[in-house]
Amino acid sequence: MAMVEVRDVRKKYEGGFEALKGVSLQIEEGEILALLGPNGAGKTTLISAICGITQPSEGTIRVGGHDVVTDYRAARSLVGLVPQEINLEPFQKVADAVRFSRGLFGKPRNDALVEEVLRKLSLWDKRDSRVVELSGGMKRRVLIAKALSHEPRVLFLDEPTAGVDVELRRDMWETVAELKADGVTIILTTHYIEEAEAIADRIGVINKGEILLVEDKQSLMTRMGQKELRIELAEPLDAIPEPLRSFELARVDEGRSLVYSYNTTSERSGIARLMGQLTDAGIAVRDVATSQNSLEDIFVGLVSAQQTATPDAPDGACKTAGAK
Amino acid sequence: MNWSAVWSIYRFEMDRFFRTFAQSFISPVISTSLYFVVFGAAIGSRIDQVDGVSYGAFIVPGLIMLTVMTQSISNASFGIYFPKFIGTIYELLSAPVNFLEIVMGYVGAAATKSLFIGLVILATSTFFVDITIQHPLAMIAFMVLTCLSFALMGFIIGIWAGNFEQLQLVPLLVVTPLVFLGGSFYSISMLPPFWQTVTLFNPVVYLISGFRWSFFGLADVPIALSLAAIAGFTLLCLGIIWWIFRTGWRIRQ
Ligand SMILES: Nc1ncnc2c1ncn2[C@@H]1O[C@H](COP(=O)(O)OP(=O)(O)OP(=O)(O)O)[C@@H](O)[C@H]1O
Ligand SMILES: [Mg+2]
Repeated sequence: MAMVEVRDVRKKYEGGFEALKGVSLQIEEGEILALLGPNGAGKTTLISAICGITQPSEGTIRVGGHDVVTDYRAARSLVGLVPQEINLEPFQKVADAVRFSRGLFGKPRNDALVEEVLRKLSLWDKRDSRVVELSGGMKRRVLIAKALSHEPRVLFLDEPTAGVDVELRRDMWETVAELKADGVTIILTTHYIEEAEAIADRIGVINKGEILLVEDKQSLMTRMGQKELRIELAEPLDAIPEPLRSFELARVDEGRSLVYSYNTTSERSGIARLMGQLTDAGIAVRDVATSQNSLEDIFVGLVSAQQTATPDAPDGACKTAGAK
Repeated sequence: MNWSAVWSIYRFEMDRFFRTFAQSFISPVISTSLYFVVFGAAIGSRIDQVDGVSYGAFIVPGLIMLTVMTQSISNASFGIYFPKFIGTIYELLSAPVNFLEIVMGYVGAAATKSLFIGLVILATSTFFVDITIQHPLAMIAFMVLTCLSFALMGFIIGIWAGNFEQLQLVPLLVVTPLVFLGGSFYSISMLPPFWQTVTLFNPVVYLISGFRWSFFGLADVPIALSLAAIAGFTLLCLGIIWWIFRTGWRIRQ
């Protein structure tokens, strides 16, 4: 059974804007799913619909098998949410804020657990500080501490590393890895492709309220690991000579170039052997160049393909596509 | 029932109250004293007695009601408006709580605060006038019910309000006039017959009258009617809040 099951969810905001256009998504227990998408893609809207902050106009959502509308108590008690915006009571003390969240989720007071969470997020020293006295990155960690305080089985992190320094980002990735080890299902949204690469098991791409792709990171990486070597020849070739037939070669540009495809994830690329064979065959090489298919290419490709498919879409929505 | 959530919200709201405790305590003491100076001394020297009660004592229930009603509204409306304003409401909406638990937390805390202030006023007024309370239990019951029902109303206003101006609007334009015109500082019987009839459409009249009855045993309207009015008002507010959470009006986009 999927831990989170989103089926045909549509969300029309007041004013008629459709932020989700029939989204379906299954998230398995214990996995980390990264949702990538440009500004305004609908990431936050999707998370809000799952967590009960907005009501979907159509479709059903289940968490742990519980419908989030009809059986909201059971569903929500499994879910922790770290919102994108830093929403905190300014005059509350850090430890009180964390305890409050735990109480709100119906869990009995547990100071040992609160301490553990605060220590893990390097907030223990700040436990008696008021929220206004914290830096932005610390406030974000308070949000995370609040979400972890009630021991969620599913954790939503809406751009957890936006505006966070490199060191803290690593810390957060580590925290995420620890949570995964405890079997927590994690869904995070991000604009940073490296972030998705670093921690996710699966990667989903969303744009304009539609899921364009959800794929295992490994297979996506294999696709990305595909490289091409373009060999420009001194003299055009009519055909690929016999000794070179064992290589995956393509004759392009009316024989003036050869393109060799190889995978960086395999043990040897075969480039050295290929070059040797070319020399042996007496083929003179003028220039070589390599190109790589990155996740970013795939991402930008998907988003711009969708862009051209719907030319009447308001511009601006996609301006930051692929922005890192 | 998620009692732990009710308690968490209640404690959180009360913490804010305790942070500003001195202020919460001193301001009703001062304003009550001022009322006694102005109304008691200035007007009281002209109006000797109302229905056999000295004017100074006569205004005490009205004074308590006036403060308790406005305080309940402003406490509760601010309590729920503020999380909406700064965005922390996301946590309430994503928590496994139902509307009743949220309401009990916020309204309970708002009512507690205004009840406290009501008692402070009562205590302060004993320094100025002699007061005997004929029906202490009924007095407490009326005060508690008024705190609760007006806090419920405040909660609705807090959810409805889109900005701080709107937050002040209803208390200022509707509630304060109704309370002033509801016989806080006079007996309905002192009005000409036409205005007596008009006044009967003011719901606050029933509350003040019932409350005053618990002090002096005299009422402008039958006590049963007062009870019915406050019960009806409470139920109406609860019904509206139930509808708000069912539809997500002004809280869930
Ligand atoms: N309350 C609202 N009322 C109307 N439209 C909204 C509302 N909230 C979001 N939208 C619109 O819905 C679309 C999706 O917004 P959403 O916040 O889900 O995007 P996002 O993918 O989280 O973007 P970002 O990366 O900037 O956080 C946007 O076009 C936004 O303008
Ligand atoms: Mg967002």
